[in-house]
Amino acid sequence: MTDVALESVSYVYPGSGVRALDDVSLRVAGGEGLALVGQNGSGKTTLVRHLNGLLRPSAGRVMLDGADAHRNTVAQLARSIGLVFQDPDQQIFAGSVRAEVEFGPRNLGLRGEQLRVAIEEALEAVGLAANARTNPYDLGGSRRKLLALASVLAMRTPVLVLDEPTTGQDVRGVEVVRRVIDSARAAGRTVIAISHDMEFVASAFERVVVLRAGSVILDGPPSVIFAESSWPELRSTFLEPPLAARLGAQLGFQATPTDDALIRALAQ
Amino acid sequence: MLELDGITYRYAGAPRPSMHEVSLTLADGEVVGIVGASEAGKSTLCLVAAGLAPRTVGGSLSGRVLLDGHDAAPLAMHQLAERVGICFANPATQLSRVTATVYEEVAFGPMNLGLPRGEIIDRTGAALEALGVADLAEREPARLSGGQQQLVAVAGLLAMHPQHLVLDEPTAQLDPAGTQLVAEALARLAADGASILIAEQKTDLLAQICTRIVALEAGRIALEGAAADVLADERLTGLGVALPGSVRIRRLAEAASLGSPQRDKLATALATLDAPA
Repeated sequence: MTDVALESVSYVYPGSGVRALDDVSLRVAGGEGLALVGQNGSGKTTLVRHLNGLLRPSAGRVMLDGADAHRNTVAQLARSIGLVFQDPDQQIFAGSVRAEVEFGPRNLGLRGEQLRVAIEEALEAVGLAANARTNPYDLGGSRRKLLALASVLAMRTPVLVLDEPTTGQDVRGVEVVRRVIDSARAAGRTVIAISHDMEFVASAFERVVVLRAGSVILDGPPSVIFAESSWPELRSTFLEPPLAARLGAQLGFQATPTDDALIRALAQ
Repeated sequence: MLELDGITYRYAGAPRPSMHEVSLTLADGEVVGIVGASEAGKSTLCLVAAGLAPRTVGGSLSGRVLLDGHDAAPLAMHQLAERVGICFANPATQLSRVTATVYEEVAFGPMNLGLPRGEIIDRTGAALEALGVADLAEREPARLSGGQQQLVAVAGLLAMHPQHLVLDEPTAQLDPAGTQLVAEALARLAADGASILIAEQKTDLLAQICTRIVALEAGRIALEGAAADVLADERLTGLGVALPGSVRIRRLAEAASLGSPQRDKLATALATLDAPA
């Protein structure tokens, strides 16, 4: 189990003067499933890039298992924190799907049977096992994104950080991402994901953190974040609760953040 | 008017075509949505409709793309760019990378059209305003978030006042507010007479702005019709397309065999929220 925490982290992009993160404190316990939501430009991507050392805070500290992550090299952080970029083309470089997925675990020192199993499990998890020899650029954008996910999964990091994993995925792709998240959680791994899809957020995560202009404004389970009492805060940053939550409120139910919760409430 | 007439298209080196005998006509002022599973041919259709395949991406095409009744193939690149705009799925592909500020990025298109200075300023200001990115005008495009870049890319297209516009998942990285701004901007452009083709996963958005929807499967048209009919079609899920929220929840209610009082309550709540479709 790996705990990650931000302690009063602020970040200003060099030369821009834009304060992308403003005194953010956030602790994520090992094994938690957390969704990070907020308006475009609210600091979500900036926040997650602090977790694996791609960005260093202008002020404050990033803690990994209680120790300042600043002491770790990026290579050490890579063993703990696996970050999947929003744009797979920022990540993919190898000439075949298999080689792409092999790169990470090989660099972590996996060899032989262990390496083979790590690669095959990751490809299997995202449904690319039959495409091992394909050139990544012969895959469509959505499958390239799943490949980027597989290449990080194969490293079996205790913490998995996903930047808009469902973007550009069709129904089946979204289900693949959901299964990956569920099985990572079942294996005790932490999953932190950025998403604009509130339906997905409400049904796949137990904790939701809302950012506005670089600050955390809400932090709690979907049943609280999408309950009617939180709507003014959500809407202050132009987020809409899931349709099920809005229908539930219309019908006078207690929080029904997911379709299932709404149908259950209706059935009673 | 934008017409695809019997299009079959094969990418260079591909063993078989990605698009088979697709014909589609968009009248002036019409917004047509393209849905389908990943790799069903949505992006290919966008490239063909915008005249970029095979022109810049290679491959071989049979059939014709017609812009206001004229074959697009013989047009020079600059003539094509004046007549049809394309928004790529990835804003990083879209941005010119030669401008230092968002303002210049959005003005880049109109400047290349050789418009008078006053007109460029008006169009740039209006497009920045319409997509809610006026406050980013002095920022460097490369240093924006993915979603902000996507809004800037769409603003740049709007400033061109395209008569025909093709968009490939233009809201993929956008928050709900940004998605709504794009929807409203496209609706206004269509009201001014533009023909708009939009590939999207967000069927709630399509329900809001489209007159017609075309569902693709393996490079062929599998379903086509009025937006409300296609979005409520039983076959849509099988084609890998997410249902609009209201359709999805109605289906779940049916599957749970709720009694008719409960179903009526749900229907009333849906009507009150005026959820699309």
